[in-house]
Amino acid sequence: MDTNLAIQTKDLGRVYRLRGPKRKGDAKQLVALDGVNLEVRRGELFGLLGPNGAGKTTIIKILATLLLPTSGSALVEDLDVTRDVQEIRRRISMVSGGETSGYGLLTVEENLWMFARFYGLDNVTARKRIDSLLEVVGIADRKRTKISDLSTGLRQKMNFVRGFISDPNVVFLDEPTLGLDVTAARDVRGFVKQWMHDHPDRTVLLTTHYMAEADELCDRLAIIDRGKLLACDSPHSLKHRLQQDAIFNLKVGPLGPRPSRDAMIEAVPGVRQATVVEQNGHTELNLILAQEDVLSDVLAHLTRRGSSLISLEKREPTLEDVFIDLVGRRLDVDTSHHAEGEHAAG
Amino acid sequence: MSITRPLLDTPFIRRSNHLRTFITASWLGWQIESNWADPFLFAVYSIVRPVTSVLILVVMYSVITNGALQEPIFAYIYLGNALYILVGQVITGVSWSVIDDREHYRTLRQLYTTPMDGYSYLMGRGVARLIIGLISVLITIGFGMVAFQLPISIGTIDWLMLVISTVLGVLSLAAIGMVVGSLTLMLARHFWSLGDAISGALYLFTGAIFPLDVLPAWLRPIGFAFPVTYWLELARRAILGPNAAKFPTLSGFSDLELTGILAAITLALLVFSWFFYRWALHRAKENGIFDMETSY
Ligand SMILES: Nc1ncnc2c1ncn2[C@@H]1O[C@H](COP(=O)(O)OP(=O)(O)OP(=O)(O)O)[C@@H](O)[C@H]1O
Ligand SMILES: [Mg+2]
Repeated sequence: MDTNLAIQTKDLGRVYRLRGPKRKGDAKQLVALDGVNLEVRRGELFGLLGPNGAGKTTIIKILATLLLPTSGSALVEDLDVTRDVQEIRRRISMVSGGETSGYGLLTVEENLWMFARFYGLDNVTARKRIDSLLEVVGIADRKRTKISDLSTGLRQKMNFVRGFISDPNVVFLDEPTLGLDVTAARDVRGFVKQWMHDHPDRTVLLTTHYMAEADELCDRLAIIDRGKLLACDSPHSLKHRLQQDAIFNLKVGPLGPRPSRDAMIEAVPGVRQATVVEQNGHTELNLILAQEDVLSDVLAHLTRRGSSLISLEKREPTLEDVFIDLVGRRLDVDTSHHAEGEHAAG
Repeated sequence: MSITRPLLDTPFIRRSNHLRTFITASWLGWQIESNWADPFLFAVYSIVRPVTSVLILVVMYSVITNGALQEPIFAYIYLGNALYILVGQVITGVSWSVIDDREHYRTLRQLYTTPMDGYSYLMGRGVARLIIGLISVLITIGFGMVAFQLPISIGTIDWLMLVISTVLGVLSLAAIGMVVGSLTLMLARHFWSLGDAISGALYLFTGAIFPLDVLPAWLRPIGFAFPVTYWLELARRAILGPNAAKFPTLSGFSDLELTGILAAITLALLVFSWFFYRWALHRAKENGIFDMETSY
C-alpha cells in the first residue's frame, strides 16, 4: 500500500452476465474489464481514454462503490471498495455527463441542499457552498428555478456542481462535457482545472471520448480498449513515443472497393497504422509510417489502385495518433465503421 | 425546507446518519407527493379515490344484504377497508421510490455515492404517503360516520390501543415495503408496482373484508402470519368497543395478547427487512443492475 496513491487497482476484472433468452446453462458473459492495474497519485488529474464500451464507466462505477468487481481489487485512498463502502462514499463524489436526471420539481438550490444533507453538511456550510459553486459555473441566477424548467445543459451544470458540494477528496467525472455546447464544455474544463489548482491535494479521475479534452486537462492518462489498459503516461510522453514516426494525412481520389488483406495499405512495408475514411468523392487516409521515405511506397501503392493524391500534410503526433497506434482504429470510429485499419485490426 | 432545516441542524440528528437520511428523505418524499400543480388533483387522489373505492364496497354490500347497514358486520367491513388504505400506501410508499429514483428521476446512482443510509432513505420516502394515507383513512371513516351512521363515538374510542396498534401496524407495513423495495432493487426490469400487487393479494387474507373464518382452514395461516390482521383487529376493537367482539376470528385473544403478537411480528419483520435490504443491495451491485435503467 502506498499512501501517495489516491486510486489503486490490482488485476481488476469485471464480467457481466448477459441475460439473453432464458435458457439455463448458456448464460453469455461479457468481459468489461480484464486485469486492469491502475495507479492514480494524490493530486493528479487523471484521464481514462477509450472508445465506446472500453470499460471506462465500469471502472468508475467500481471505484465509486456502485458495482462490485468480479476479480482483483480496487482501493480508493487505501480503502477497499468492497469493504469500506461507507468511508469511501464520505470522501468521493461522482458525476456522469449527459446526466440530465434530477427531481424536476425541486429547485436547483433545493436539490443541491438535499445532497449536501446526505453528505452531512450543516445548513450554513451547505448554503455557502451552493452559492459559491453556482456562481463559479455561472448559474447563480437559476438558484430558484425548478430543475424541470432548466435546459439540458444547465441541468448538467447543476449535476456537476453537486459533485463538488461535499468538498470531496476524489472526484469521478464520467464524460463531464458530454453533450455540452462548446462554451459550457469550456466552463466545465475551466472549473476542473481551477478546482485542482485551488486544492492541490485532491484527485480527479475523468473519462472522456475527446482527445483534446484529455490532452488539455490531464496530468496523466490511461488508454483502455476492450477492458484492457494499453498505456498509461502523461499526454506528452505518450505523444513522444511517436516522435520518431512520420504521421501523414492524405486526401486522395476514391479508393474503390476494399481489396484483399495483402493488397491493403497496411500491407505496404513500413506502414504502422492506417485509417481510411471514405468521404463523398474522395478518401481520407491517416497514416503512421515507420520512416518518412515509406511515403513514396504508399503513393506508388495508391497509384496501382487507381487513386491519385489530392493533398498531403505531415503533422505532429496527437493523442489520436497514439490511440490509433495502440488500438489500431480511431477513437471516434465505431466498430462497425468501414475503415480498412479497422478490418485489419479486427 | 422550512421545518426540515432547523430540525436537521440539531446536533443529535446531524450526528446520526440514519436520522439525517430519514428526515431528508421524508422531506423529499413530501415535495414529490404533495407537489400537485393543482390542489384539485391532490384532493382527488387522496380523498375522492379512497372514498369512492369504499363506496363501491358499500353498494355491493347493501345489494347483497338488502341494505342491512345497521348490522355490526357493516361497521366491521367499513372500518377494515378504510384502514386498509394504509396498507397499499405504506408498502408502495416505501418501495416505489426505488423504481422512481432509478428510472424516473434517474438519481439512484447519485444517491448511492453519497454516504446516506439506503434503508433509512427508503423508509423516509414512505412518510409522505403514510401522511396522505392517514388523511384518507380519517376522511373515509368520518364520511362513514356521517353518511351511514357507523356506530362510532369519539368519546369511547380507546385511543391508546388505537395509536399503539397503528404505530406497530405501520412499522410492520414499512418493513414489508422494505422487503418489496429490496426485491425491486434486484430486479432489472420492472414496470409495475410490486407493492400494490402485494397489498391487493393480501386483501382477502387480513380480515379487512370478512372474518378469516370464512376462508378455508388451509388458507387462514396466511392471514395469521400477516401483521395487518392483528392491527385491523386491534384498531377495530379500539374504535368499535364491545361491538368488535362479535367477530369470531381472534376473539379468543385478549387485547394485550394481540398487541404482543403484533409487536413480535413487527420486530421480526423489521430485523428481517434490514438484513434482506443489505443482501439485496449486495446482489444488485454484484449483478451490475443496481443503477440500471429499464430502458438500458
Ligand atoms: N449492467 C451491464 N450489464 C451488461 N453489460 C454491461 C453493463 N454495463 C456495461 N456493460 C457492457 O460492458 C462494456 C463496458 O461498458 P462501459 O459502460 O464500462 O464502457 P465505456 O467505456 O464507459 O463506454 P462509453 O464510452 O460508451 O460510455 C460494454 O460492452 C457494455 O455494453
Ligand atoms: Mg461510459
